[in-house]
Amino acid sequence: MNMITSCKPADYKSAVKPVWCPGCGDHSVLLSFQRALAELGLPPEQVAIVSGIGCSSRIPAYTNCYGFHGVHGRSLALASGLKVARPDLTVIVASGDGDGFSIGGNHFLHACRRNIDLTYVVMDNRIYGMTKGQPSPTTEPDWETAIAPDGTGLSPFHPLVIALASGANFVGRAFSGDLAGTVRLIVEAVRTPGFSFVQILSPCVTFRPDQQRAWKQAVHPAAVTETDDPARAARRLMTDDGFNTGVLYRGNREPYQPAPKAYHAPSCLETEFAL
Amino acid sequence: MGNAMTKSLSIVLTGSGGAGVMTAGQTLLDAATSCGLYGLMTRSTGPQIRGGEAAAMIRLSPVPVQSHSDRFDILLALDFENAERFAEELPLDAASLIIADPAAGELPAFLRACEAAIGLVPMAKLAKSIAGARVSMVALGVLARIIGLPETAVIAAVAESIGRKKPEALVASEKAIRIGTEMAPEVAISRLALPAQPPPDRWSITGNEATAYGAMKGGVKFVAGYPITPATEILEWMATALPQCGGVLVQAEDELASINMIIGASFGGAPSLTATAGPGLSLMTESIGLAVASEIPLVIVDVMRSGPSTGIATKSEQSDLNIAVYGLHGDAPHVVTAPLSVADCLLTAQWSVHLAESLQTPVIMLSDQSLGQARVVIDRPADIVLPAKRLVPEVSPDGYKRYAMTETGISPMAIPGYSGGQYTADGLTHNERGTPTSQAKDHIAQLGKRQRKLDAFDFSAYWADIDGEGALAVLTWGSSSQPVQEAVVAARANGIEVKLIALRLIAPAQPALLSAALAGVDRVLIIEQSHTGQFWRYLRAHYDLPRDVVPNYCPGPLPIRPGEVHKYIQREARA
Repeated sequence: MNMITSCKPADYKSAVKPVWCPGCGDHSVLLSFQRALAELGLPPEQVAIVSGIGCSSRIPAYTNCYGFHGVHGRSLALASGLKVARPDLTVIVASGDGDGFSIGGNHFLHACRRNIDLTYVVMDNRIYGMTKGQPSPTTEPDWETAIAPDGTGLSPFHPLVIALASGANFVGRAFSGDLAGTVRLIVEAVRTPGFSFVQILSPCVTFRPDQQRAWKQAVHPAAVTETDDPARAARRLMTDDGFNTGVLYRGNREPYQPAPKAYHAPSCLETEFAL
Repeated sequence: MGNAMTKSLSIVLTGSGGAGVMTAGQTLLDAATSCGLYGLMTRSTGPQIRGGEAAAMIRLSPVPVQSHSDRFDILLALDFENAERFAEELPLDAASLIIADPAAGELPAFLRACEAAIGLVPMAKLAKSIAGARVSMVALGVLARIIGLPETAVIAAVAESIGRKKPEALVASEKAIRIGTEMAPEVAISRLALPAQPPPDRWSITGNEATAYGAMKGGVKFVAGYPITPATEILEWMATALPQCGGVLVQAEDELASINMIIGASFGGAPSLTATAGPGLSLMTESIGLAVASEIPLVIVDVMRSGPSTGIATKSEQSDLNIAVYGLHGDAPHVVTAPLSVADCLLTAQWSVHLAESLQTPVIMLSDQSLGQARVVIDRPADIVLPAKRLVPEVSPDGYKRYAMTETGISPMAIPGYSGGQYTADGLTHNERGTPTSQAKDHIAQLGKRQRKLDAFDFSAYWADIDGEGALAVLTWGSSSQPVQEAVVAARANGIEVKLIALRLIAPAQPALLSAALAGVDRVLIIEQSHTGQFWRYLRAHYDLPRDVVPNYCPGPLPIRPGEVHKYIQREARA
């Protein structure tokens, strides 16, 4: 099959109109998906975008690729099965901070550990948007919400450190407001074999109206070059201000890809039972 | 009273876990099989890996048998530690024989009470006299002698199982078996006549192996699963077998992952399966609903065990019928099947894959511990061809609609890689193209489409095994079917006309087919293994039954015995 069949971002766009609020960071993430896929030159039918539940997880239907909008928190498992069964496909998983780090937390650890050749994009806005503003694992401890009127009092989860410690082969961060940077990171993540974790800071204009401007000022390209040394990467990520963008770790672990050993008819197994 | 039914000999070996009871039982079955007999072996254990109680329950017969008899002819106890835990699982009577070791101490009260004949053999002492010998091998020699199996057959069976790996252990085992046969007590046991020639083309297979193999015959190429008793052997067997036949298996981090992995793989075009037990099925139910809504073919094998919650992980019960049928939220039409015997796990698994692929919907197959972990020696099953066939778009479509309205409700399913077929599978209510919608007309149309798939489908004669005629019918399902069948055969031998209907298809219900099967029947006896009569209540809800319905249900883990069913049949035939 000719792998370079279409190269225009518009070829990856569907006719379905997004449900996102005007100004939501996820609009930019969708655009960066389209541009990254065009740059990668992947035919839309060779790409599958898998997601769970939440605002960010609506993204598959807005592309012209194959997509799966599954249940809350299980997108990594669904995508893992798809990629193992169909290693020829490019599989991208889209999630949010609630879907990916709270209800889907266990799958996050094991997807990193398994290191299947997937790209995992988490649109992190530090809030549950679709259910109207509850704290997520990345919400600041003093952020007041209806369900936690005094704030959660809990330290936020550090997804990049956890990804690294669990065995992800690629760790990076982008800001949705930086379209070119986001496209570049997604392209790098897809091109790197194994499990690639990309956190995209994607502001929620409705429940976190402060984010858009504050994050625009806070983000900065990582001052240091990428590393393949997990120990160095761990030190950097532990002292990270949360706004370093770019490739923060790229390892060289072999991806997990179990493959058939032979293609015999099942009847060859009958000798095991025959007396 | 001998075995009222099929001519057979039932033997149970008990001992502490790790004492070798299971190996000795398996070797006895192998040796008897090599002499031309058929047989069945089930395992009963406590939850411990070592040091708990273990029993190997064996039934030998000149004809195929796939469930236990009413009683045991012989109990051989290596020791009495924890033996009382088995008391209710060991029906013994005055015609039984107990073989015990005098060094094991006094017989427990429940064994004295049954008034069985007792033969004492110092098995532990005899084993100690041989370097490296195990007491279970002495016991094997004793049993072989008592039931009339040639010593050579037993030694050959041991050689087959351990000989190649451990030649020194084989020498010790041979000596132990010989001393066991020499020291066996002279007792009167009605032996089975061994055929002059072993029957040709027999298989030795467990229910879990048959399930795994049947699924592979059905075309399964991807399996994900999480270890759970009593389903793990399906996963372990397929871990080796699948890669030989173009497939792969992944051990998932939990059942939530297993079910979603197989949804992903099936979306990618690979016929897919997971195997679990009740606790795992509970975790999977949300995602099974996703597969219903997004129309993804799947097979979920539930090897049922006593529930609820952790229950008794090692022992059987037919109590997951309700969750399998009703466990999904929303109106979620799917298929529930159940194998009718150990051997039938093969056909039912193969058929389940065929149904899932044909109907693009999940199929839950309700096996159970008594089937899955039982080993049977049977005639080679018929080679049935049921190709997995998924309707896919044939030509590059213009404006492809994944969930197009069709007469059958089944729509062509594009597989990733197919240009022009791109769509997003969705758990959200969607329209024909798969686009999310919250409009009533789309919701109603897609609910109707999915229901129509099942309503319009011809499930063929596999839906039930129906046998005989009579005004009285016994209606049963799954693993209860074997003891019921044996009871029915015995009742007919006593002149009672009785019809047997065993359902392999639990859902969707087939009221027209059952009404036809019940023509001329005015009384129905229902047999199942659950505490609340789940099957009976399901039948009442979905079927027109005759006026006289007599439910008989009891929970696990004790097996349903043919003798008790025979009594019910006699009572209802007289009434």
